[in-house]
Amino acid sequence: PSIHLSIYLSIYLMTQMSCRDLFSEAVNDTGSTLVRRMEICVAEAEKRSGKNAVNMQETFTVYLIETRPMDAVAEGRNPAPDSLWRRYSEFELLRNYLLVTYPYIVVPPLPEKRAEFVWHKLSADNMDPDFVERRRIGLENFLLRVASHPVLSNDKILHHFLTEHGWKEVVYETGFQAKADSRIRALSATFRVRNPDKRFMEMKHYSDQLQSHTSQLLRARARVADRLYGVYKVHGNYGRVFSEWSAIEKEMGDGLQSAGHHMDAYAASIDDILEEEEHYADQLKEYLFYAEALRAVCRKHELTQFELEMASQDLISKKQQHEELATGIVRTFSFKGMTNKLFGQEAPEQREARIKLLEELIAEGEDTVKEKTVECEEHVERAWVDMQRFKEQKDKDLREALINYAVMQISMCKKGIQMWSNAKECFLKM
Amino acid sequence: MSGQTVPADFSGHMLDLDEDEDLEVFSKNTSLADGSPMPNSPSSMVNQYRLEEEEEEQQQDANARDIFVSVDNPESHVTAIETFIMYRVVTKTTRSEFDSSEFEVRRRYQDFLWLRSRLEENHPTLIVHPLPEKFVMKGMVERFNDDFIETRRKALHRFLNKISVHPILSYSQHFKVFLTAEELMSHRKQGPGFLSRMGETVRAVANSVRGLRSRPEEFTLMQEYVDDFSNKICSVDKVTQRIIKEQREYLDELKQYSPTYSQWAGSEEELAEPLRGVASCVERCGLETEEQIQHLSQVLVPALHEYVLCAETLKAVMRRRDNIQAEFEAKNEALASRRVDQEALQEEVDGLADRVELANNALRGDWSRWQNSMRTDLKTAFLSTAEKNVEYYEQCLAVWESFLLSQRAEPSEQNDGEDAS
Repeated sequence: PSIHLSIYLSIYLMTQMSCRDLFSEAVNDTGSTLVRRMEICVAEAEKRSGKNAVNMQETFTVYLIETRPMDAVAEGRNPAPDSLWRRYSEFELLRNYLLVTYPYIVVPPLPEKRAEFVWHKLSADNMDPDFVERRRIGLENFLLRVASHPVLSNDKILHHFLTEHGWKEVVYETGFQAKADSRIRALSATFRVRNPDKRFMEMKHYSDQLQSHTSQLLRARARVADRLYGVYKVHGNYGRVFSEWSAIEKEMGDGLQSAGHHMDAYAASIDDILEEEEHYADQLKEYLFYAEALRAVCRKHELTQFELEMASQDLISKKQQHEELATGIVRTFSFKGMTNKLFGQEAPEQREARIKLLEELIAEGEDTVKEKTVECEEHVERAWVDMQRFKEQKDKDLREALINYAVMQISMCKKGIQMWSNAKECFLKM
Repeated sequence: MSGQTVPADFSGHMLDLDEDEDLEVFSKNTSLADGSPMPNSPSSMVNQYRLEEEEEEQQQDANARDIFVSVDNPESHVTAIETFIMYRVVTKTTRSEFDSSEFEVRRRYQDFLWLRSRLEENHPTLIVHPLPEKFVMKGMVERFNDDFIETRRKALHRFLNKISVHPILSYSQHFKVFLTAEELMSHRKQGPGFLSRMGETVRAVANSVRGLRSRPEEFTLMQEYVDDFSNKICSVDKVTQRIIKEQREYLDELKQYSPTYSQWAGSEEELAEPLRGVASCVERCGLETEEQIQHLSQVLVPALHEYVLCAETLKAVMRRRDNIQAEFEAKNEALASRRVDQEALQEEVDGLADRVELANNALRGDWSRWQNSMRTDLKTAFLSTAEKNVEYYEQCLAVWESFLLSQRAEPSEQNDGEDAS
């Protein structure tokens, strides 16, 4: 698919940039923000057997990642690639690491774990060779996307994943799993945040739309494919019947017989046509899954904004408490204030201690608010840049996908014209 | 027009004809032109087949038609007892045995049934084209559904045209009466009554129970062909019906599919235009699919269906021929065994022997005629289908190509990876 081709080619034209430059860098047409000086591909897939976590025998697929230094390739040397085998679950681990470590980036998605939106002929079985092949392509696409991302491509863990056998220890050492936001916290923030950035709310709404529309489209497309398969295959029956019929006819026999062959060819032609269309479906699926990544960035904003609001709220309330204690004027209702009224004021030493504590807490709170403000603003700034990048990438890729789809349709029509013109010639001989 | 039996827009041609103008000549490939056998056996019946002489004088392919029939204008006819459809039957002819050169009568389906059964009775071993069925088993709820009436009208039209080009049947007195009599009911009452027809059937059954002594090889082969042909044509018919069903289901899904693109366009900016473009393409392809389905239903299905019915007719013809032979053999046996009334019986047996020979000759002659006609009709229908399918794909191709063109015209950022043809 031309998506992969364009990314592949782009890698040839890269330069290395420092992280600092990236945030102010606008995305160029030909993707010259790509940074990897490395040719990457997922070359093969193989079945393996082994014991899993609960010591049971299982079969799984491994994928061969091959890398070569780009300058060697450019110079015409043809060094043997470095290679290692990775399972799908390792790709998942890498992606989870990226999600946690770069919450302001719309992280490229992995190809689907299980086959969805299948039409009847396609197997939903993960071991099916066609599925494995499409997954291989999807994994390569994922790596290329990450490796060409202005921010993600600089990550050391990514490099380890591509080149080191012992990458798992390294990734666990980063402790990224502990840094992951709890789902409950994130959900709570979504409901309780008061002033999220409007643009992020719009983006979040858009991500919902994107997800809903692409999945509806994929579902409808699969049903159309299913039906089209039926139409073509039934014509194969003409082949059989014409052949039998031609045996009893004299003048008509030859024409019928050869027409029958073309009907068989017509029926057979749908297999390739629909297999190719699966690649189009895969291109759409990528953006179905991208929608989720986009939403994740928006939710992270809600979370940081919410935490900032909480910290600010906390600071305000502490300052108020301090003011009350210092001036004796009670502005707001408080339990302490009430008990004071009822049971008398506390001793001055106690008051002094509490005032001092509050002052410490206020100082801490101010630091926290500063921290959270920076966190929130940084996230907004970086995320907005990447969401713009994503938007441009999406528009370009999907437009190309639609064009590819039209090309496929045209190819199908040309085949149809050919087949039926041939059949017509045969009928003329009847 | 060579190779066609009757042009579809036949009535158009007819309306062009004036009484004094020369008739248009529709050249036709018939078995007669090939020189295949017409009955010229020494029987008296041969004299009825005048056309044979005329055609021997004719040039190779041209077969001047001197009678044109059309069926149109179905109208509902209401009486106290029933409601039925009357069709207008228009005849234009230069034949001398007709009092006039133009006739217009109204006929109902029952009248056609009557005509056909008369023809079959008089010519038991000629292949009389079938009529459309009385009812359609599945899918038809109302007898007076417009599609049903139109389908039936077309079939009735074809029926009369097949009769009118038949070298023997077109000269049938019943055919003439059918075309010309103002009111058919009085004529329908005449002719062999119900009881005598019953008697024939009983004899036929009795004879078939006895079984044939020996069927001539050529008719055994014919029987085999008829059985095989019947199987095959039914299969082709079934396959075609199945294709239509699958196409309809495909069309239903297409109709759900194109809106998913336009709905998505609603939430996009840059992408909205190409998305709407694709939606429009899918929609237009859907329209083409609809047309293609219609063409199948209107051209291939009726043609195949007609020959499914023909296969049944052929079986009946074979049976009748067998019965005629069986009857002769039965009487012949009786002649051999009995001594009484030898002379009278001998005459009867001779008559039956002649009848057998006539029947066989008639069938032989009509057989190759029918085969040619079948080949021509089905060839035309298949050709038309193939052409329509080519047209379908050509239209869809144009739709998608115009979309591609619209995308190329856009100022595009990409200069790599776009390998669209």
